[in-house]
Amino acid sequence: MDPLRLATVWMGGCAGCHMSFLDLDEFLIDLAPKVELVFSPVVDAKEYPEGVDLVLIEGAVCNEEHVEMAHKIRRRTKTVVAFGDCAVTGNVTAMRNQLGLGNAENVLQRAYIELADSTGRIPKLKGIVPELLEHVMPLQEVIHVDYYLPGCPPPADRIKALVGALLAGQTPKLEGKDIKFG
Amino acid sequence: MCAKTLTIDGNEVSAADDATILDAATEAGIKIPTLCHLEGVYDIGACRLCLVEAVGIPKLLPACTTKVVEGMNVRTDTERIRKYRRINLELLFAERNHVCSVCVSNNHCELQTLAYNHGMDHVRYDYLFPKWAVDTTHPRYGMDHNRCILCTRCVRVCWHVEGAGTLNTAGRGARSQIIADLIQPWGEADSCTSCGKCVMACPTGALFQRGATVGEMEHDREKLEFIITAREKKQWIP
Amino acid sequence: MVLNDLIQIKERELASRKKYVLRCCMAAGCMSSNAQSLKDELEKAVAAAGLKDEVEVRGVGCLKLCCQGPLVQADPAEILYERVKPEDAAAIVAALKGGQAKVSQGDLNHPFFTRQMSIVLANSGIVDPERIDSYIAADGYLALRNALREMEPKEVTDTIVRSGLRGRGGAGFPTGLKWGTVAKSTGTKKYVICNADEGDPGAFMDRSVLESDPHAVLEGMALAAYAVGADQGYIYVRAEYPLAISRLQTAIKQAKQYGLLGSGVFESPFNLTIDLRLGAGAFVCGEETALMASVEGKRGTPRPRPPFPAEKGLWNCPTLINNVETFANVPAIVRNGAEWFAGIGTEKSKGTKVFALAGKIKNTGLIEVPMGTKLRDIVEDMGGGAPDGGTIKAVQTGGPSGGCIPAGSLDTPVDYESLSKLGSIMGSGGMIVMDQATDMVDVARFFMEFCMDESCGKCVPCRAGTAQMHHLLSKIVARKATAEDLAKLEELCDMVKHTSLCGLGQTAPNPVMSTLRFFRGEYTERLQPDTLGRPGTESAVPAGSRAT
Ligand SMILES: Cc1cc2nc3c(=O)[nH]c(=O)nc-3n(C[C@H](O)[C@H](O)[C@H](O)COP(=O)(O)O)c2cc1C
Ligand code: SF4
Ligand code: SF4
Ligand code: SF4
Ligand code: FES
Repeated sequence: MDPLRLATVWMGGCAGCHMSFLDLDEFLIDLAPKVELVFSPVVDAKEYPEGVDLVLIEGAVCNEEHVEMAHKIRRRTKTVVAFGDCAVTGNVTAMRNQLGLGNAENVLQRAYIELADSTGRIPKLKGIVPELLEHVMPLQEVIHVDYYLPGCPPPADRIKALVGALLAGQTPKLEGKDIKFG
Repeated sequence: MCAKTLTIDGNEVSAADDATILDAATEAGIKIPTLCHLEGVYDIGACRLCLVEAVGIPKLLPACTTKVVEGMNVRTDTERIRKYRRINLELLFAERNHVCSVCVSNNHCELQTLAYNHGMDHVRYDYLFPKWAVDTTHPRYGMDHNRCILCTRCVRVCWHVEGAGTLNTAGRGARSQIIADLIQPWGEADSCTSCGKCVMACPTGALFQRGATVGEMEHDREKLEFIITAREKKQWIP
Repeated sequence: MVLNDLIQIKERELASRKKYVLRCCMAAGCMSSNAQSLKDELEKAVAAAGLKDEVEVRGVGCLKLCCQGPLVQADPAEILYERVKPEDAAAIVAALKGGQAKVSQGDLNHPFFTRQMSIVLANSGIVDPERIDSYIAADGYLALRNALREMEPKEVTDTIVRSGLRGRGGAGFPTGLKWGTVAKSTGTKKYVICNADEGDPGAFMDRSVLESDPHAVLEGMALAAYAVGADQGYIYVRAEYPLAISRLQTAIKQAKQYGLLGSGVFESPFNLTIDLRLGAGAFVCGEETALMASVEGKRGTPRPRPPFPAEKGLWNCPTLINNVETFANVPAIVRNGAEWFAGIGTEKSKGTKVFALAGKIKNTGLIEVPMGTKLRDIVEDMGGGAPDGGTIKAVQTGGPSGGCIPAGSLDTPVDYESLSKLGSIMGSGGMIVMDQATDMVDVARFFMEFCMDESCGKCVPCRAGTAQMHHLLSKIVARKATAEDLAKLEELCDMVKHTSLCGLGQTAPNPVMSTLRFFRGEYTERLQPDTLGRPGTESAVPAGSRAT
């Protein structure tokens, strides 16, 4: 059997979910012969490839690049997993939505001017710095999601349960103790 | 007092004459999900999570406020009820700002637990992201409206167990909120005795001890039950 | 006060009637277009013409064709003057004895008037609501005297049972059955409440009854109190109805002076005190359990029923609660007999119903028609159809708890069962006509917004569900929704309807469900294709098996 083409993507999140993924420890070694990691923050691929079997997406959808990326991923991927609370609920990343419309500007002001040293400046360079969206969205508001793996971050054993089941060709079913927000 | 017999999920169950369906089910070890119910204070039937079906009755019945009827045949876990419960929970999560990862009650939250038990791995509705404040004017406790589900347990213990009458509900619809005295900052509410019963009663992270950080807020329900048992039954059972 | 006193008052009142009467509408609609100064001018003009002995200028309640106010009716010539200005006073007085006043005249032979049948509004526009003698002259308080002196309480209840009267507050519960339950409930203290909260947007039937004929409501309540054994009554009326409140206060005062309220009414052992309680205008306070909480001085939120008010109501005592119009029917029923009333209307819906006709229609105003009248007759004949040659698209009944009836079903008779078969309800009597230009999704959103704002916030399905449904409807209106959003909306309708605590939440989805039933196309044409991207067909791992 061909190895499963696996990707992991980091959008509007803190990378914690990826850390948790790396916490899979020896399971990663079990995984190695069965999967080919075709795209990930931990591998050196610049362009999201075609024909991906499974992707774990960390983070909420916060800027225009994320939207574009999400659609590209959906087109090129068979199974999409919303990976962690930010992707599933918006989580901390989406807290700026409570500020109402115009929150993107507020957030930039706070981060780059108020909290900066004397030379604060909002980074704005067309084509280089993606524009923030008015409203941060969980992944399922942008693309179809096949599976949800909540948790902040999702503990390694639950990642293992989900990825393991998928590798075995089973439909994972999360319930009760397998679900965990925060 | 005569007892009544009824069937709950296929089990023959007996119950005291004035028992509710919830009492009868609990006694028989059948778990019906609840949020606004709090043992020891009167029920208000507000959260609608405890709705059950009864054969021959077209309406769904709130188990916490419906008295048992001889021979009634109750079903607590049908497909339809499970669906309604899940929607109910999703509505609660979408209604205010529940960010479990930074919540004082993370892992000790009745809302979370119910969501897990009902397989809620995500919310299908758009989050509404309303703007709500956090009141930290009280020297010992805090109130975060973002996490309040308006179960009014705090109000009921405040009035009917402590007898202080500090907390109340104000406003209509989704803009309803728990208030202290005459919509004052909690710290300025003179009637508050700082007894902390409301904090013990709260099912979520809306009421918390100041200084508690993420996941540290455990609502001391046993202590509350101890007080209520002592008051109502004059029994000092720790 | 005994029977003879009543008869004397009536005779005195009739004897003092003058040859000519100018009846000036003093109900809220006409009052808001300057009816008071019109009445003052008419009085001056009568004095100036030296006709004070021959002409009575009488302030009366609603003359019904509210859209043409201020209205003045001249008798005995039976001329209805419309849009009368204070300057017209002299001309109208001059025309009393023949001749024409250059003032626009309404057609009293128009179906708008001729097809009406007045029971509840029988005195409206005829008696002076601020003078009890005027009511007594129209046989007022006769029913109460006969009941107190000649009937057992049970006979009064039986009369109401046999009349087939059903509650006019919305749900249509059989009134006699309710009275019987309260009468049978044990308790030393019982209450009677008149629900005058009237919160439906656009509805003004109860207001009109209170402003036009307050004594009829008092008499109806007194009969009810006698039948069920209550000695304290409350009228819960919204503070936004100052005119109704002041007329009720006047009426209560006058009735007390005559010994028609208070202790030993009609020199019988029956006592009754009636007090007003003012509502602050929350729609939900019209719901009976919320209303009672409000009367008790608590926050007006509903509580689960059972126990029903008939067993445990105000301060846990058995309580009878009926709508204004329900009570207003009672004196006529007791006076004329149950069979008379039961002979009007349809098999299951007896008597008449008052509607506030509004929206895209020529004649707007207050109408009272026998139950079973076809919607088409009301809208096309009486209402005169859509203005400016437009076509009628739908008729909305029942306000935020009701539904839209499409033009194709206009031949539906107006009765409780027929309307509910079409997914609407009789409601309290709001009737809004919509023409071709009306956007039905927007209508649904409007009512949902109303319910969302008026939800008391107690139970989750209604509080959070209406907010989410409103959000989805707004997305549809803005053409930002997909088929999946519509499916979510429909699922929520079902859930909110079946799990909410009180009638507000249980009926909040009705306007959506009804417009979806008859105008689904207006929803679907706005839907956008889904851009979420569905997963590919073959897959090495199980995919897409879950619904989002
Ligand atoms: C949200 C809500 C609002 C209501 N508003 C009114 C109202 O304004 N007037 C009224 O008479 N009944 C209203 N009702 C109905 C009352 O609860 C009650 O059924 C009625 O007053 C009974 O009187 P009836 O039997 O004479 O109709 C309302 C019900 C609900 C659920
Ligand atoms: S109250 Fe419960 S559900 Fe809400 S954020 Fe806190 S832990 Fe999560
Ligand atoms: S503060 Fe807590 S106990 Fe009080 S209503 Fe809100 S969730 Fe319930
Ligand atoms: S259905 Fe609405 S109005 Fe009625 S109790 Fe629930 S929240 Fe309040
Ligand atoms: S526990 Fe019964 S309605 Fe909340």
